[in-house]
Amino acid sequence: MVGIVIVSHSKKLAESILEMTKVMAPNASVCAAGGLDDGSFGTSYEKIKNAIETVYSPDGVVILMDLGSAVMTTEMVLEEYESDKVVMADAPVVEGAIIATVYAEQEKSLAEILVELQNVRSTPKFTCD
Amino acid sequence: MVDNKKIIEILHSIATVIEENNSFLTELDNVIGDGDHGINMARGFTEVEKKMDTLADKDIGAILKSVGMTLVSTVGGASGPLYGTAFMKAGTAIGAKTDMTIDDFIAGLNAAIDGVKMRGHSTTEEKTMLDAMVPALNAMKDTISAGQRDTSLVLSTGVAAAKSGVEHTKDLIATKGRASYLGERSLGHQDPGATSFTLILETICNNL
Repeated sequence: MVGIVIVSHSKKLAESILEMTKVMAPNASVCAAGGLDDGSFGTSYEKIKNAIETVYSPDGVVILMDLGSAVMTTEMVLEEYESDKVVMADAPVVEGAIIATVYAEQEKSLAEILVELQNVRSTPKFTCD
Repeated sequence: MVDNKKIIEILHSIATVIEENNSFLTELDNVIGDGDHGINMARGFTEVEKKMDTLADKDIGAILKSVGMTLVSTVGGASGPLYGTAFMKAGTAIGAKTDMTIDDFIAGLNAAIDGVKMRGHSTTEEKTMLDAMVPALNAMKDTISAGQRDTSLVLSTGVAAAKSGVEHTKDLIATKGRASYLGERSLGHQDPGATSFTLILETICNNL
């Protein structure tokens, strides 16, 4: 099963998104990497790396990030891996996490999940008339 | 210009200066960012200091790469990947030398700038550290081209250009980083990253 990692500046935000994913995809393999070791805001290289290792399987890992240093720090962790099976997805982090975990739980492939995450970027929350 | 022992000394001085400016950098970041630049940089350089003893007999490239990795792992904000990449790229460019020339320094800064541009998907005039780094590099290259090779003098033209660069960031609307969410509200305020780079360059210059 593809693993999912949620990276946020906030420990609580990352954990809450993880909680939300459990409602629809209780058996997904998902890990939160939020905040710094002392609980303050920021992104931790170690936490991201550990989260990837926690959910890693040969099927791959999708990482969703909030913004700024969450993206850059994740990028640096991935450079260490040099694996095309561990990838970042550029998608809204809440919708993305829910969609990714739902599809992962259905044993969809990494490529299929990435297509769905690409679609969510252009899915409006409501229609303006 | 400087050997590996001098590099360690300079890094200690940088750590001290960053700690002294912790509140100043954080205040700058409070206005247009997420208010953690000083705290994060101080956290990172405190960890760098702890590593120093183990680096004393390493070559300059290895020292700078280790500094970069430490910053990436410990800073916790955007300056971690950015300064981390800068130090690592500089280390790679300078390589396994125990003594460096002004040309090595220029090559190192050049690589650091390329690294920051790559990592931040950024360029000059976006109200970032690059608005101090790039003018500093250009000024130093010009000074060298004019036949001046005295390292302190070359560095001092870089520091002056970096300071002007920091002033110029006040006239820029941020288009990268947290400040970009503020739009025009970022006008009139200097960029914290450009400021911390200038402090670092000035510390290098003062300790030659």
